[in-house]
Amino acid sequence: MRDFRVTPIRNGTVIDHIECGQALKVLHIMGVGEVRSTISVLMHVPSKDGGWKDVVKVEDRELDPREVDKISLLAPNATINIIRDFNVAEKYKVKMPEVVKGIVKCDNPNCITNVQREPVDTEFIVESKSPVVLRCLYCDRIQGDFTERLI
Amino acid sequence: MRELNRERDYSQMTSMSFKGMDIISVSDLTKDQIEEILNLANKMIPYAKGEKTTKALEGKILANLFFEPSTRTRLSFESAMIRLGGSNIGITDQQNSSVAKGETLADTIRTVECYADAIVLRHPKEGAARLAAKFSEKPVINCGDGPGQHPTQTLVDLFTMRREQGSMKDKNVVLVGDLKYGRTVHSLVEALALFGANLTFVAPDILQIPQESVKILEKAGVSTNLESNLENAIADADVLYVTRIQKERFPDQSEYEKVAGSYKVDNTVLREAKKSLTIMHPLPRVDEIAPEVDYTENAKYFKQTFNAVPIRMAILSLIIGGQV
Repeated sequence: MRDFRVTPIRNGTVIDHIECGQALKVLHIMGVGEVRSTISVLMHVPSKDGGWKDVVKVEDRELDPREVDKISLLAPNATINIIRDFNVAEKYKVKMPEVVKGIVKCDNPNCITNVQREPVDTEFIVESKSPVVLRCLYCDRIQGDFTERLI
Repeated sequence: MRELNRERDYSQMTSMSFKGMDIISVSDLTKDQIEEILNLANKMIPYAKGEKTTKALEGKILANLFFEPSTRTRLSFESAMIRLGGSNIGITDQQNSSVAKGETLADTIRTVECYADAIVLRHPKEGAARLAAKFSEKPVINCGDGPGQHPTQTLVDLFTMRREQGSMKDKNVVLVGDLKYGRTVHSLVEALALFGANLTFVAPDILQIPQESVKILEKAGVSTNLESNLENAIADADVLYVTRIQKERFPDQSEYEKVAGSYKVDNTVLREAKKSLTIMHPLPRVDEIAPEVDYTENAKYFKQTFNAVPIRMAILSLIIGGQV
């Protein structure tokens, strides 16, 4: 029996080594409602290292850097495979940025970045990568669960 | 509170490094920079008292933008600027500015920087000063962003402690009152840690300093002690730093009255205190220090209020760039 239960894709992106249980959040980041191609999701599949992982395959779609940054917050060990004509054209591990800019909303309702019309992107210092701890550059607040506040 | 890590080599820094610098959070300042401000403030005392005059900042303008009420901070900045020979402009009532028409802070700042050499800002939103600094080419001084930072108050407090007690190394500083939400407490504690003071925190459980802050202090090698009884803590104290317990933090009024009463500093509580004890308060006070204490040698809170002027003169002359 093959490891994977879905067929290889011709063109698109395979996001591999997603932490178990995070695949649906990764789909949310990619705006699954707006994708006009096939998406395959594998959850809790065996990983070569003996653990478990999730995998997302999106056909005819490549990720932009902003999406990769978001994925790095949810799945810091994920690998991005860009597939062109059934071959892996590019493969890289996501890299969490030192400063997370414009992709998470601050959880402090009194933070200036939550004032509508102020022309500023949110910015967070990554205080720790495992577990991910973000501190707002503006109000200094250490953020709670940010996965629901991805912009 | 963030990790205390200021071990970089700042030996090359001179006062030139201050010119144009924003003062947003005390954690942006190194120990050497704090020392430089405190030393310069000492030289400013006769000018702050009007015994000597200077035109160091003649022709320079300070914009004072206060979107929240202030007595001491605003007036001491205005006084400091005038004592340095400069001038003040400002907004003290947002209803009389374009903010009332819906102007963003970013636009207000970009406007005001056209008219001034430095901007002083108090704003109800946390992070407002950081945003202002982003949009302004001119230096921005944070004078309180909601319950966030108020770095120049910390410098005033440190300056007062140094004037009254000399070096803060191994001095026992007792902080009492609202240690959880109090604007001045967290940055003061962070700065005191740099200067080697021992810290005791006296507060009711719901207003006690966050555990996270205590852990950071202990990791940085600071001696800390949590205490709920004020009299127990006072005996060994060199400095007693009192803050207001905020009524609005208590859902139950009677609970507030009970707590506020037990942390009131009066002459009875001070019976066991050292003669050299320095009592401080960032003011305004409500009734946490009894008026009878004002007449003791220990009461330094009005001196602390005066010290705001030389400290702010030092900051203004450093960041705008004027030699006294």
